[in-house]
Amino acid sequence: MSQNFAFLDEHSKKEIRRKTLKAIAIPGYQVPFASRELPIARGWGTGGLQLTLSLIGQEDVLKVIDQGSDESVNAVNIRNLVQNTTSVKETIHTAEATLIQSRHRIPEVPLKPFQILVLQVPMPEPLRPVEPSERKTKLLHGDKEYSGAYIKLFEQIMRHGHITDDADYPVMVNGRYVMAPSPIPRFDNPKMHQNDGLILLGAGREKKIHAVPPYTDVESLAFEDYPFEVEDFSDKICRESGLTGVFMDELVDEETGETYYVTNDTSYMLEKLNEEDSVNA
Amino acid sequence: MGYVAVKGGAHAINNSVLLYKNRRLEEGIDIEVEKIKTNMRQLINQVMSEASFYDRDTAALAIKQAEGNMEEAVFLMRAHRSTLPRLYYSTITDTRDMFVERRISASFKDIPGGQILGASPDFTHRLLDDSLKELSEGPLEDISYKEVGYNYKLYKLPKVIDYLEKEGLFVRDEENNDEPDDITKKSIEFPSTRSQRLQALTRGQTGAVTSLGYAEIRGYGFTSHPNIGECRVGQQPVFVDIDDEYGEYFIGDFEMTEIDGFMPDVADDQTTADEDMLIKIGYGLVFGQNETKAIAMSVLDYSLEHPIDGVPTSDDEFIMFHIDSVESTGFISHLKLPHYVTFQSKLDRMRQGREDQK
Repeated sequence: MSQNFAFLDEHSKKEIRRKTLKAIAIPGYQVPFASRELPIARGWGTGGLQLTLSLIGQEDVLKVIDQGSDESVNAVNIRNLVQNTTSVKETIHTAEATLIQSRHRIPEVPLKPFQILVLQVPMPEPLRPVEPSERKTKLLHGDKEYSGAYIKLFEQIMRHGHITDDADYPVMVNGRYVMAPSPIPRFDNPKMHQNDGLILLGAGREKKIHAVPPYTDVESLAFEDYPFEVEDFSDKICRESGLTGVFMDELVDEETGETYYVTNDTSYMLEKLNEEDSVNA
Repeated sequence: MGYVAVKGGAHAINNSVLLYKNRRLEEGIDIEVEKIKTNMRQLINQVMSEASFYDRDTAALAIKQAEGNMEEAVFLMRAHRSTLPRLYYSTITDTRDMFVERRISASFKDIPGGQILGASPDFTHRLLDDSLKELSEGPLEDISYKEVGYNYKLYKLPKVIDYLEKEGLFVRDEENNDEPDDITKKSIEFPSTRSQRLQALTRGQTGAVTSLGYAEIRGYGFTSHPNIGECRVGQQPVFVDIDDEYGEYFIGDFEMTEIDGFMPDVADDQTTADEDMLIKIGYGLVFGQNETKAIAMSVLDYSLEHPIDGVPTSDDEFIMFHIDSVESTGFISHLKLPHYVTFQSKLDRMRQGREDQK
């Protein structure tokens, strides 16, 4: 069957772009949008994908990442769909891409001013764990009533002695809206703060778009005596590349039973390995 | 986990797709889409209804491609639907203009126009029929059509509520002919409107709508037995008005099931306490012959219109957010995707807990 450039019809794309502009104008605010069904399942990145499809042009260079890898199931699936319906240039190199769609990671290479990072969002509502009702959470945001979000963290400290929220750790955007940053590790939260690129977040099933425009304050929720903490890899070294100070996957050597660590952002690791190779050569 | 797959994932995935596509043909027998279309009528009805996309040919193709998997077939239809611009809404449609193929009332034996049983599995014994192992051609022999005298036209059959209205037992709500809110063009904001609710319900997954409707009447909602005032199935003519000098265009007959459910009074509805008792309606309308779903829809329409505090089936968010097939199956199935990063993050938190204890 014949299909439009970037799958969606132009009316749909226009609606998504209008809502995206609104999201950029109100950093951290969840803008409802109609959300089309896509050939990729709901919950598999359709929010991010709709943003990508509505924004992409023939001159764009696309990178798609899932869990830090360009070759993971979801990344391959999404890249194939965009590629089949647009034929745009693809890359695995963060610095080369104009449009980066990612699930659960912000790349290790910092974004540049012309780049757009699209994050896939399963649960856009940071207050959902404390309030199941949409109409009530909307009111709470309207009133900037975030005590529930803080009490949740406080109760974790009471129960476990420390904050137990792992990924998708809530942030305050531009001093106004508490926002779910999508299930990126806490390690990536600080990358959102005063970032050079545009970060767009799309939730397809929940039908919401939110955004962190460039140079916006993004602060992870915390208390003075219990500061925000990222995952600790300070004493870990990547077995493949020797890199430190990056987010790592924890793996087990089947032969020795030993635990070891490897850089999660695989394209970054490849770039570093190739640099070394060329230096050595 | 000893081997770190930096590259190669794409290749493995492509091969998995190939394996999946070939599975259907492993036995060496293919099936014509036309055969699915003519023989799997009820499956097509469900797929069209849940996809909210009325096209028997496309539905038959989707069913073939999905190997008969409902959620996959609906998903394929919905994804295709997204590529089509939606330009018109139908003009006001009156189901009194439906060409009726089946019409029954469980409330009155003697309804104007009579009970028209039509085709239904309701009156069969569910015993497997071995004779179907052989192929048969054409209609069964012992069916004989006879002309009978009939005072009504099947395409102008009055509704049961018309009779009740004349008797003063039913008071029609004020007609609202505003263009409906379309939840596929604008996301639902709460509190929802009735047109949004009806649309969500008619698109809902058959099993989900049925189960929640069942919960409502069994013990968690008004817990009383509604009466089917009228169940009609037939061909509904649909028109669009494209704003030119030629007036309305007929775009086709849609097979539909319509339910007027007579609902019990709910306690919180004080408005009629001192007045005469009136019949209240819950409404169901779905594509194709889908009677169970349409009845459950009428129950849920009513429970959402007349909410009882604390009842989940009276909560529009609870119902509308969770009955869509593509949304629920998509989110459940996404749990299969790798979550290595988030799990690593969780491990970090758990280990910190242990260190704190030391």
